[in-house]
Amino acid sequence: MQVTVNGQTHDIDADPQMPLLWALREVLNLTGTKYGCGIAQCGACTVHVDGMAVRSCQLRLGDLNGEVTTIEGLGQPQALHAVQAAWIDHQVAQCGYCQSGQVMSAAALLMLNASPTDQDIDRAMSGNLCRCATYPRIRAAVHDAARRLAGS
Amino acid sequence: MSRAGRIARRGFLIGSAAVLGGVAFGAWRYGRPLPDPFMGDLPQGQSALNPYVLIDGEGVTLIAPRADKGQGSRWMQAALIAEELDVDPATARIEAGPVSAAYYNTSVLGESLPFRPTDRGWLAEAARGAVDVPSRLLGFQITGGSSSAPDSFEKLRLAGAVARETLKQAAALREGLDRKDLSTADGAVILPDGRAIPYTQLATEAAQIDPIDQVVLRDKSQWRWLGRKMRRGDIVAKSTGTQVYGADLRLPDMLYASVRAVPQGGRITSLDSADAEQMRGVRRVLQIGEAVAVIAETSWHAMQALQAVDLQWAAPDTAGNQDQIWDSLTQALDQGDVDSRLRNDGDVEAALADGQPVTAEYRVPFLAHAPLEPMNATVRVDADRCEIWTGTQVPDFVVSHVADLTGLPQDAITLHNQMMGGSFGRRLELDFIMQAVRIAAEMPGQPIQMIWSRAEDFTHDQPRPAQIARGRGLADKTGIRALDLAVASPSVTASWFGRVWMAPPGPDNTITAGAWDQPFAIPDYRVTGHRAAETVPVSSWRSVGASANGFFHGSFMDELFDAAGIDPLQGLIDACDDRVSRLVLEELRELSGWTGRDLRPGRGRGVAFCLSFGVPCAEVVEVTETPQGIRLDRAFAVADIGTVLDPVNAEAQLSGGMLFGLGHAMNCELTYRDHMPQQTNYHAYQAMRLYQAPQVQVRLLENGPVRGLGEPGVPPAAPALANAIHAATGMRVRELPMTRQLRFA
Repeated sequence: MQVTVNGQTHDIDADPQMPLLWALREVLNLTGTKYGCGIAQCGACTVHVDGMAVRSCQLRLGDLNGEVTTIEGLGQPQALHAVQAAWIDHQVAQCGYCQSGQVMSAAALLMLNASPTDQDIDRAMSGNLCRCATYPRIRAAVHDAARRLAGS
Repeated sequence: MSRAGRIARRGFLIGSAAVLGGVAFGAWRYGRPLPDPFMGDLPQGQSALNPYVLIDGEGVTLIAPRADKGQGSRWMQAALIAEELDVDPATARIEAGPVSAAYYNTSVLGESLPFRPTDRGWLAEAARGAVDVPSRLLGFQITGGSSSAPDSFEKLRLAGAVARETLKQAAALREGLDRKDLSTADGAVILPDGRAIPYTQLATEAAQIDPIDQVVLRDKSQWRWLGRKMRRGDIVAKSTGTQVYGADLRLPDMLYASVRAVPQGGRITSLDSADAEQMRGVRRVLQIGEAVAVIAETSWHAMQALQAVDLQWAAPDTAGNQDQIWDSLTQALDQGDVDSRLRNDGDVEAALADGQPVTAEYRVPFLAHAPLEPMNATVRVDADRCEIWTGTQVPDFVVSHVADLTGLPQDAITLHNQMMGGSFGRRLELDFIMQAVRIAAEMPGQPIQMIWSRAEDFTHDQPRPAQIARGRGLADKTGIRALDLAVASPSVTASWFGRVWMAPPGPDNTITAGAWDQPFAIPDYRVTGHRAAETVPVSSWRSVGASANGFFHGSFMDELFDAAGIDPLQGLIDACDDRVSRLVLEELRELSGWTGRDLRPGRGRGVAFCLSFGVPCAEVVEVTETPQGIRLDRAFAVADIGTVLDPVNAEAQLSGGMLFGLGHAMNCELTYRDHMPQQTNYHAYQAMRLYQAPQVQVRLLENGPVRGLGEPGVPPAAPALANAIHAATGMRVRELPMTRQLRFA
């Protein structure tokens, strides 16, 4: 089966019933995308499929139809995406385990809505659970990322 | 007594040791040395050193012995060393300490003593010193009890200072100069002519001379990094998906495993795995103790196959339904057997007989830790050794238990402590690690990563116990005259120690921690702990006893102030008999713009205070009653941690602790049925979500001793919210979670 992740096409031998999350983490060893709940309740597994935020724990490989972008493809430590740069400057992360999913949800939101209000952010990102409750910095960092993207 | 004197009394000497290619600085033990992590690499005749600084030709390595669960303690520890050593913590290598009994924690056990944290009299101080003794016997290397900051504050700075002065001495000897004419900057000794000799070039010479242990720690006015905004060393990795947690470890040819256990205390009566064994990707199906494990090509295959196993079990011989558990707590209160009565001022019974007491009963539920990274451990067992990669708060216990389990000597066991995706106390437990070792032992030489499903995590937690408290009290317009609080809880201390070592005798002071030790002068004031039967295993949950007692005590004080028509914030300030705590309350009044509990119809504010882990913390919550339910508008928190070492992170801990406390108070409980929690995933345990998170403002004060802030933000949150809801609606919420009685917007 062929999957395209971060611009690279992989031939993988995997059960079409397997959710994308496990193919990313345990077949392709792209571990930036996290397993937290397995039932689309925590958002730690959020990736983009053709630019839309998707919970990869619920998307079976056989149903995948589009190009996947993971946190590793969004930006790298030496080439940060605006959302990641904002996340760093606001020092959002505590344990950090949810933050890949938070960043991917925020990046998808900003593609659809260049200057979201607090309410827009709450609506788009309440599916991303942060057990450390870094929420005030998440809100601030999303606004900051929106400004960076508008300025670029 | 001077600080240096205390350090000597506690048995610390900072010194140095030669290591391959360089020098190590750390805390020497005198007397009988504890096992040393670096002894294996040291020549014969050397004794034990706990290294905090390693310098060799490659560079400077700072060693942070306390685990990082996400609270950022690794960088705080590195900055403490770097500040005295004059190296930029951003450019130094930072490593977690290897497992060593010698990295014991002098601070964590102090919290279990029967002295109020605000009591700095000689007896209390002497007892805190004495706790050092059992702590030494236990050889604790433990991360918990908000202890990393106080435990590290002097030790790590001293290590940095001794290293700096010894390196200067080495340079002075080489150059024929006097040490006092030299200075240091950016990882180098600076000579009077301006030349710089990097530490790395002085390492072997420094190892040959006596360390300079007469050092004076720098005054905070001279600090370059501590107390200023620092960038956490892990922040880039955690924002780009490149941070490797335990669950992200990938070893060559690694297999995956997952488990499904019967309820804790139960026994497997039959197990049919025929279907599971036929499933794709499955390598082995095993029974390990009272659990079934599947080893497979991926953890998805393993989790799928576990569902296909038919597992029958016999129940443990304890109460397994929530109603029975509430009954056992009520019984402990009704029977009245006293476990502890650490506060007993005046004569409460006489005072209460003299008036019409206000009475209230409060309940708090079981709470799961549920850190977002599921429990996992990667293990390879060979004939003569065992290697473990996992995130744990208790590395010593992991090694000793794995030695017992495998029959291997402790030095054949290597533990690589991993970055943890949260803990909240969950990684004080060993259960998942022992399972992983048992699984890996079935396939010698094969690395196996065992990871729990989220359902396994929720149903096999050792939660914060459900508890019941009863308050009786009297107040008049001068304040609270009498307060009697009785708390029933199983013993978290006995439950946890019973699993990892042995249950200690005597009362469990954590049953009333956060209630008996509060800094209030009330003429007739009594707090009693009643130990209830342990129905299900329970454990430390962020802020431990104070997580419940903060709610009981803070809610009941508010009820008494309300009955007497006293403004609750003014009432707290007037009743407070500790200067540091009173300053916190006064700062909160200013920060929150407090003008009283009533804002306007449908809106209200609540305030609560709790002193836990030595940190006075007070919080205000503002709410509005809306057609969709109660909305949290703003929340304010003030705490005093003595010295703010890392302001960005301290604010995050206080804000996060308060929101963590609010989210659980609003939305979370575990209820038991047939010995198993009924909540199996986050859909039934929502905690705090972004849409419910209020705007937050926090402020940190520096009037008390150095303290940690991982936990103290939690306890005042629930009562502040309950008191705000009362102010807005007139409804008293005496039972958590609040969603049992009302809705939130």
